[in-house]
Order: sequence, then C-alpha cells, then structure tokens
Amino acid sequence: MGAVRNILRWLVPLGLAYGIVLALIQVGVINNYLFATMMTICINIILATSLNLVVGFTGQLALGHAGFMAIGAYTCAIITMRVDGIVGFVLGVLAGAVLAAVVGFLIGLPVLRLRGDYLAIATLGMAEIIRVFINNMGITNGAAGLSGIPRHVDWNWMFFFLALTLVFLWHYIRSAHGRRAIAVREDEIAAEAIGIDTTRVKVQTFTIAAFFAGIGGGLYASYFYVLQPSQFGFLKSIDILVIVVLGGLGSMSGSIIAAIVLAVLSTFLAQFTDLRMIIYSLLLVLIMIFRPGGIMGSREVSLGILGKVFGERKDPAAMVAPPIVKQDDEEVPSDEEVK
Amino acid sequence: MSLLSVNDLTRNFGGLTAVSRANLHVDEGELVGLIGPNGAGKTTLFNVLTGVYPPSSGTIELNVDGTTTSIGGKRPNAICRAGVGRTFQNIRLFKDLTVLDNVRIAMQQNIPYSLLAAFTHAGTFGGKEQQIRDESEQLLAVMGLADKADELSRNLSYGDQRHLEIARALAVRPKLLLLDEPAAGMNPNETRDLTDLISQLRRDFGLTVVLIEHDMSLVMRICERIYVLDHGSIISEGTPEHVRNDPLVIEAYLGEEAPNA
Repeated sequence: MGAVRNILRWLVPLGLAYGIVLALIQVGVINNYLFATMMTICINIILATSLNLVVGFTGQLALGHAGFMAIGAYTCAIITMRVDGIVGFVLGVLAGAVLAAVVGFLIGLPVLRLRGDYLAIATLGMAEIIRVFINNMGITNGAAGLSGIPRHVDWNWMFFFLALTLVFLWHYIRSAHGRRAIAVREDEIAAEAIGIDTTRVKVQTFTIAAFFAGIGGGLYASYFYVLQPSQFGFLKSIDILVIVVLGGLGSMSGSIIAAIVLAVLSTFLAQFTDLRMIIYSLLLVLIMIFRPGGIMGSREVSLGILGKVFGERKDPAAMVAPPIVKQDDEEVPSDEEVK
Repeated sequence: MSLLSVNDLTRNFGGLTAVSRANLHVDEGELVGLIGPNGAGKTTLFNVLTGVYPPSSGTIELNVDGTTTSIGGKRPNAICRAGVGRTFQNIRLFKDLTVLDNVRIAMQQNIPYSLLAAFTHAGTFGGKEQQIRDESEQLLAVMGLADKADELSRNLSYGDQRHLEIARALAVRPKLLLLDEPAAGMNPNETRDLTDLISQLRRDFGLTVVLIEHDMSLVMRICERIYVLDHGSIISEGTPEHVRNDPLVIEAYLGEEAPNA
C-alpha cells in the first residue's frame, strides 16, 4: 500500500509531463525551435540535479561538472559513430556515464579531501585537464571537434533518461545513503563521531553525480550532433552551478524549475540581441537578492493536489538547505593549523 | 583488562602541550568523571580519544568483548564503530534536520542496506527503513523526545538538544559513552533529572560512561571515580571523597595558599 503510493508519487507527475509534451508535439504546438529548447532544458535538468547532489546535498562546492559532461558526450559520440543504430546510442550513453563515473571516482579520491574554495579550484582544474586532454587526442579530433554524430535522441529517449536520473537521484536522497550525505553537509565532525566515513560519502555522491553528468553529456552529443572541446569549458560548469544555486541548494525540484526558468528567460530575451546578456545577468542578481536561498530554498514542490487525492501529507522530513558556503567550525582547528 | 586504557598520552599544538602524559583506565560498567579548571585539556583529551586529533604520543586501547584494539590515531568514524560514542561541549546536532532524522542517521549505521536498494527503494529498502525508524522512535521515547520527533532540532529547547545529542550518541550502540559537559547551561532541576537519566541509561544500555562536568553536584553524586586534570596532566585520581580533599585539586581550583596565611 505504502509502496504503491510512493511509486505513484513520482510516476504520476512524470507520466503527466511525458503525456502533455507528447500531445503538444503531435498537435504541432512544439516546433523544431521549441523542441531544441526543450532538449536543452532536459539536459540541463540532468546536469543540475546531479550537481545538486554534490553541492546542495553533500555540501561540497565542486565546479568541474562540465568535465564529466564532456567525457560522456565524447564517449557517446565516438561509439555512436562506430556502432550503428539505437544499440550504439544506448551503449554510447551508458559507456559515457560509466567512464565519467570512473574518472569522477579517481579524481574524487584525492580531491575531496579539500574543503570549500580549495575544492572548488581543484575540481575546476580537473575539468580543465579533461578538456585539454580531449583537445589533444586523435580520437576526439582535437580542437576541430566531432561533427555528424548520428542523432538518436527523440522525446522518448530524452524522457527515459531524464526520468531515470530524477527517479534514481530522488530515491537516493530519501534513503539512508542520502541522509548520510546530508549529515556530512550539516556537520562533518558530528557525522564522523557517529561513525560516518565522510570521505567515502563524498566520493560516493561525487561519483554518482559524474555518472549522471555523463548521461547528460551523451544526450547532448546525440541531439546536437556537433562537439567541440570549447563547449565544455569553465563557463559550462558555471552555467550548471547557476541553475543549482538559483533553484535552491538541496532542492531537486528547485533545480528543475530553475533550468526551465533560465531557458525560457534566455529564449524570451533572444529578441533583445544587444541587451540580452545584461538583462539576463541583472535578473539573476535580482532573483538572488530577493530569494537568497534560491527559488525553492531547500524545499521540494509538494504535490499538494496529488497528495490530497492519494490521502498523503507532505513528508515532514523535507530537508532544509545550508547556507551557500559553509565555513568550518571555530572550535576545531583545521588540519593545517594543527600541524 | 580495562575497557579503556590510556597510556602516556600526549597531545601538542605547536608549542602548547594540551594533554601531557596522561594515564587513565576505565573498567567496564564504571561511571568516571573528568574534571579540572577551564583550559585544563579535558575536551582535548576527549577529542584525542575520539580521533578528532591524533595523539602526539602514547597509546589508547579499547578492549571490547575480549579483543583489544588500538584506537589511537584512528579516524573518528572508525573509533565510533569500535564502540565509542560521544557528545560535544557546544552541541553539534544536525540543526536543520528533524529530531527523528538526527537519530536515524546514527541508527542506520547499524542497519545497512545496499546502494541498489537506495536507488530503487525496492528489495530490502522498506524493511530496513522501517526498522531504522522503529528503533529510532523507541530511543526517542526513552529520552523523552517522542512527541518532538518531527520538529527541527534547532527549535528544541536547550535541555532537549542535550538529550537529543545523547540519544544520537546512543543510537550507534556504543560500549563507552563520552559526555562532554552534559549539564552545561541547565538549571538545578534539569541537572538533577539529567543525573538520574544518565544513571538509568547506564543500567539499561549496559554502558560505561566518562563525563566531563563542571557541575560538582552532578559529578560528586554519580561518579564512582574521578580524574582531575590540570594544565594537561592528571593531578589526582580516586573516589569523589578522595578528590574533594586532595590539596593538589584544591590548589588547582582555588590557587595556592598564601605562605603566611
């Protein structure tokens, strides 16, 4: 009974979203231009929710998400260009995700010992190293990049991977593993004192985030069919972080809403060619002034209406967000000071 | 053999020796007090015992069920799993999480399930989560926090926060519980209740307790043995009666008697 209810909780909204978009495509309301925007939104949602797991839920300021996206994108592109058909595509996306996760794990082990801004800079550097590698490898065709990647992504596939990401991440957060990550964010020393291996938790969430960033990259490669290393620079990582912060650290639905809002905003602003970026940036500043915790803070959209239909109240255990950058506590000197 | 044996433990911070060649032992089932003036090194000693800082020298051994493990210099999470639970002097709850979540996060350490179950909420997930929840709620009931399970822990009263921290420490099922000033900031009534609670928990959970405390009424009433720390060294050890009359202790607290007095 409870299990069925829980499944309905995510199946109903996802099913509705899928059906509505499908209907709009059939009717012709969504033209090619809108469809491309929608694909960008979906990819950004995958990237932002996975980054939110690290930055928002585990409290680790990582800035290298574009690096993992690039690994996923190039792996998928290279495989789909060699293996024909949908098999190649699925294989490519999954291989890209796995490779991104492996790299994430290997990078995470040393790097996640750092904290705060040091971690940010280290992850940023790692992402740049990945990009430089791609820039200089033969199989990725260097700076010229890859083009003519077979396009396999349609709404069905995009929705499948989007739903996969959201359902898995949502479940993870609402599990003992997710609570452990949140404990690390809240107070590392207290978390250690109750037996949580904080390094392991951080590496775990980082690896998971890299995996889904790899999926996002694969979908990107397959839909936009042209890849260049310059697309995966520092700015791309920042773009994703902006979505996460704007939506609210520690809010999955916030990341989803922010990804949509930002895409709609920049589509709408396309008509003011010269002023576009100025207005866009100004709006970001205004949102952060009036909603410093992000659009959703740390709350999730409660499915109020659906909840009533199924006779369930909002989970009171909804997690609250931390301040954006958490300072280390005063009482215990950091490692550097101790030595 | 003692549950906890600390031999020649020293911890330096740069030129400052916070704990100096401390020797102490705690037998299973004992309730031991650790007192001393401000800055004597009590909390530092706790922090070294629980792995927040590695010792500069000396050994710490924990003997649980006949097996001895050296815990000196291990990471806090490993020491916790070896059987040491603790609270903090300046309460370290997960403030933005609910009371139940605070305990659940500790409780779940004993009731693990796989990553796959976490991703799918299938398989063992339901049963284990229910078990975690049930046992956490039981523990909250023991600590008198059952009706506050869904409140954010930051909204609890000070006394309740202290109780919750003890509950969280108990949730990991420790053999040895280290309490760092559990009665700090409490009024005499609350302190008395806490004293009773500690005695009760010790019986019910078969705990060995070491507590740091400034409230002498609490210390003198429930501790069977007391260590007195001053300037990082243990200057006295024994029953409350013995320690209370030890000239070295009086001197540490009140200063040296004037020669002509």
